[in-house]
Amino acid sequence: MIQTQNLRKSYGTTPALRGINLQVQPGELFGLIGPDGAGKTTLIRILATLLLADEGSAQLDHKDVVADYRAIRRSIGYMPGRFSLYQDLTVEENLTFFATIFGTTIEENYELIRDIYVQLEPFKDRRAGKLSGGMKQKLALCCALIHKPTVLLLDEPTTGVDPVSRQEFWEMLQRLKAKNITILVSTPYMDEASLCDRVALMQDGAILQVDEPDSIVNSYDKPLLAVKTANIYQLIQDLRQFEPAHTVFPFGEYVHLSLKSVVWPELIHGYLLDRGHADIEIKQAMPTIEDIFMEKSQV
Amino acid sequence: MKTVPYIVQKEFRQIFRHRVMLPLIFLMPVIQLLVLAFAADYEVDNVKLHIVDLDHSQASRQLVGQFEASEHFILTGASASGKIASNEIQQGEADLYLEIPPDFQRQLLRDGRSQLQVAVDAINGVKAGLSSAYANAIIRDFNAAFRQNYGGGIAQPAALQIETANWFNPEQNYQTFMVPGILVILVTLVGMFLAGMNIVKEKEIGTIEQINVSPIRKHEFIIGKLLPFWIIALVELAIGLVVGKLVFHIPFVGSLWLIFGFAGLYLLVVLGFGLLISTVTETQQQAMFIAWFFLIIFILMSGLFTPIESMPPWAQDITRFNPVAYFVDVMRLVLLKGSDVWDIRQHIAVMGGYALAVNGLAVLNYRKVG
Repeated sequence: MIQTQNLRKSYGTTPALRGINLQVQPGELFGLIGPDGAGKTTLIRILATLLLADEGSAQLDHKDVVADYRAIRRSIGYMPGRFSLYQDLTVEENLTFFATIFGTTIEENYELIRDIYVQLEPFKDRRAGKLSGGMKQKLALCCALIHKPTVLLLDEPTTGVDPVSRQEFWEMLQRLKAKNITILVSTPYMDEASLCDRVALMQDGAILQVDEPDSIVNSYDKPLLAVKTANIYQLIQDLRQFEPAHTVFPFGEYVHLSLKSVVWPELIHGYLLDRGHADIEIKQAMPTIEDIFMEKSQV
Repeated sequence: MKTVPYIVQKEFRQIFRHRVMLPLIFLMPVIQLLVLAFAADYEVDNVKLHIVDLDHSQASRQLVGQFEASEHFILTGASASGKIASNEIQQGEADLYLEIPPDFQRQLLRDGRSQLQVAVDAINGVKAGLSSAYANAIIRDFNAAFRQNYGGGIAQPAALQIETANWFNPEQNYQTFMVPGILVILVTLVGMFLAGMNIVKEKEIGTIEQINVSPIRKHEFIIGKLLPFWIIALVELAIGLVVGKLVFHIPFVGSLWLIFGFAGLYLLVVLGFGLLISTVTETQQQAMFIAWFFLIIFILMSGLFTPIESMPPWAQDITRFNPVAYFVDVMRLVLLKGSDVWDIRQHIAVMGGYALAVNGLAVLNYRKVG
């Protein structure tokens, strides 16, 4: 369980967190979704007792991150955004080392990491630095879990990892959740939001919205269209000039266009024809977290 | 404290896993001693001598003969004018020329005195000073011998004969003098560079993050990180002493236990310095640069190459804060002179105070929470 009250942090004059209030339930898989620079890492580092907030307080399992930092360090697993295990030690040596400094052994908590460790076992004598990106993340997760934490803080664990490994990584998190571990995971990938129980959308040090991914998507109340023409760059420029347009941003091979009110597609078609576009395609689009994000960040 | 052994074990694993480290640790003392001890030799030999003998008398030939017999000089030329001789120095063909005036012998016999001219190339001050000192010694000897043979009738002022005795290093062997000091530098290098860089490396690679969220206590981490280098540095010292004994025959007059005991204390200071540097730097490059800055000052002002007593007073005051100077002193005192614990009590007290101050500062500076 994680609680924060009005957390604020600035680096010099640059605010990184502008009053964060968060409630993560025990056993919840909670996602912090936001672009680079949103303040996700700062928030996680404060929760991991590595950084002191300027204002506000935070508790993990009712233990204060400042007053009870020592107790917290025993009961959390933290995975920094950057791979931070000993590259010159082998897989097994890394795991043994982290088990020992937490006063435990691999055998004692093997149950918890078994699913992940079986994939690593063939490489247990390989140095951590020589592992692939996905394997490194699995090892880091094992090391973060080896002392049986009740709260897991993962800072962008899937950044720079291939899609298959990302998929596997999220499956692991689902299994850990089933073992009643509270998991806070940050990610810049909007598509990963749907894999969380609840997500917080973060931008510029503030939380825009907290809800279940489906509810967030359903809360989208603007008409949304996917538009495509031969010249995407020109299309974006022109749609931004289009009076009824609310937000316009590229989304894959299409451009997502949200409207202030319902507008007939024929009207848009005509507008684009006037501007000399060819191969015009307009269709209804299902809103995604990304659309919500663009919507929220417009305000 | 029970996690300290695990950290030490991890450190040793990492240190020895680097392919260069193991040979480096064992070869470094040997190579440094062999190269530095042979190179840092202050004796000046093979001074190129040019003779201008304008007298061609028995006396002048005798003087030239004495120069030729000296192991310090080699005769590279002779000419009949001072102009040619100074040109030779210009060209680098000669380091020193001796001009014997016409009537040299006659003046000596008649007046009991004469004048000689000695000119030295003083580009290298140390070499110039020593060469002219050697030349003066030869001339003095010549003078004494000449007077004994011919000067019967000439009144001589009563001369005081000064006999010099070199205690603790009777042959004034430079290696005996230098090797203990070079060993100090060796130990200092290991402590300051390896230990300082080792902690910064955890910062640079990011592993310190993972350590910081663990229950490892600050002092456990620091001890665990520094202890391996404390041990390695003492092993280096042992290897260095063996090489010093076998190759350079340096005397072990005093107690080796005392040497190692003091080295252990000294290393606390040096490792503390490394730790302090690591707390104020973020990358190994920065740590290296700062360590190098201090090391250069410490070594040059340690009394190893130039005696502290000949430094200006303000520089002497600075050396009072130089741990390297204390250890160089202790090495020489104990190994060559046989000083005991009581004799070096002041050194021990200063080093102990220093260790407390540096490590205290470093620990205060080291923060687990940002």
